[in-house]
Amino acid sequence: MDFLSYLINGLGLGSVYAIIALGYTMVYGIAKMLNFAHGDVIMIGAYVAFFALNNFGLPLPAAVLLSIVVCTALGVTVERLAYKPLRQASSLSVLITAIGVSYFLQNAAQLLWSSSTKVFPTIIPGGGISLGNLSISYLTLITIATCVLVMICLTLFINRTKTGRAMRACSEDKGASTLMGINVNRIISITFAIGSGLAAIAAVLLCATYPSVFPTLGAMPGIKAFTAAVFGGIGSIPGAFLGGLLLGVIEIFAKAYISTQLSDAIVFAVLIIVLLIKPTGLLGKRIREKV
Amino acid sequence: MSDKRPVLDVRELGIDFGGLTAVNDFSMQVYDNEIVGLIGPNGAGKTTVFNMLTKVYQPTRGTILFDGEDTGKKSVVDMNKSGIARTFQNIRLFSQLSVLDNVKTGYHNRSAYSPLTAILRLPAYYAREREIDKNARELLKIFGLEEEAENLASNLPYGAQRRLEIARALATGPKLLLLDEPAAGMNPQETEELMDMIRLVREHFKIAILLIEHDMKLVMGICERITVLNYGMMLAEGSPEEIQANPAVIKAYLGE
Repeated sequence: MDFLSYLINGLGLGSVYAIIALGYTMVYGIAKMLNFAHGDVIMIGAYVAFFALNNFGLPLPAAVLLSIVVCTALGVTVERLAYKPLRQASSLSVLITAIGVSYFLQNAAQLLWSSSTKVFPTIIPGGGISLGNLSISYLTLITIATCVLVMICLTLFINRTKTGRAMRACSEDKGASTLMGINVNRIISITFAIGSGLAAIAAVLLCATYPSVFPTLGAMPGIKAFTAAVFGGIGSIPGAFLGGLLLGVIEIFAKAYISTQLSDAIVFAVLIIVLLIKPTGLLGKRIREKV
Repeated sequence: MSDKRPVLDVRELGIDFGGLTAVNDFSMQVYDNEIVGLIGPNGAGKTTVFNMLTKVYQPTRGTILFDGEDTGKKSVVDMNKSGIARTFQNIRLFSQLSVLDNVKTGYHNRSAYSPLTAILRLPAYYAREREIDKNARELLKIFGLEEEAENLASNLPYGAQRRLEIARALATGPKLLLLDEPAAGMNPQETEELMDMIRLVREHFKIAILLIEHDMKLVMGICERITVLNYGMMLAEGSPEEIQANPAVIKAYLGE
């Protein structure tokens, strides 16, 4: 029974990673850049939700919605101001810029809200459902359900709408997309908007699990979700989902059966092994050179 | 023909890359429902002309009047919206998209609904998507690709990929279609079929077609007028017969 409950907890944690990883993978798929500031968008989302709940006393749905709106606006603004001017620059410049944005957001948060940890209010009641010996907390259930819902909505959006189609087209050939009348800049903005909106959802779920809010809160989940995205095959949406879930499960199993201290090292070791065997990740597309 | 207003009127167009003049003093007109050929030896600047017409490159000099309107500093997307669509010398389909989705991308600008409408699944979303689906399937039928609708574009045979590229370009609703070496890599029989197809496109969609091609049988067979480009300059202009008899053209192609 322990095994099953670890598995479910792992899926819960993995669901949060998966939602964050979607932001990395979508931006990579379309803008071909690694947005290392993504983790810090989560942090901002956490602060917004915290203030909405704690200081303004907003109900949970309103706080989540506000957090989504702020993160979406932040993501789009960062893209406009920091990344768009570098559209023609080398990918290294863009990468460094993303790291710069990440530090900027962390330090801005520290300046505005101090570096002291704030305690996130309890938003999901404790307890859970029991199935025989197995008990699953409401939080885990809600997290997994949210992740599945996000995944379904996103898949429908990508596959069934003209914007989704344009996103897939842009991810393959921006030049040809433009010549078909698709405004690539607008598609990139929409991608950042969706990724950042998802980051806000992840922020709330993350704070419900670990109820402390501080300026570097996004760094570790960010890097793990990035790992999950690479693990699953960066650029692939099902890959981010699978990678996130697997990473969560591996992390919890490593903590439970091997060592709590070493769990992160084990997670990254698994990543290295996977990449050695399959360099494009589990579901990554093989990269074809243009002839 | 002179009493009609041309759909495309290019005047003294030129472009420099650094110190290199790739195209200079290039003028041509394309009238409604006309098939015009743009030929010239390799490196003459034909594809560069296409890239200027679609604003992939902003011309350094000269004007492009499209539909009587100066295109000025219009963007690539705006040129497509105003009615210029193209295919590519090396096929550039969205290979990981289905055949149907490739054509649907062409409808992107012609089907106004916002991403929010789609997320909220408002009725407008369903109505527009149904309309796109219907139009895209009709277009595929014309090109004999309706059976392949759900297949990945990369799985199509070569000739079918070429046809799909034309279908995708037509989905954007052009008044002028630019074909960049449509017969490249085709065998004589496929070229024959392509010629019929280009004629059919002209009749069915009532559009003008400007094509770059090296296959002289195709060019002489379907073009009403031909412009010859050499070293970025206009060498000759006229009917297929005139071009075939033009000593300057023969010299450019065969050398002395």
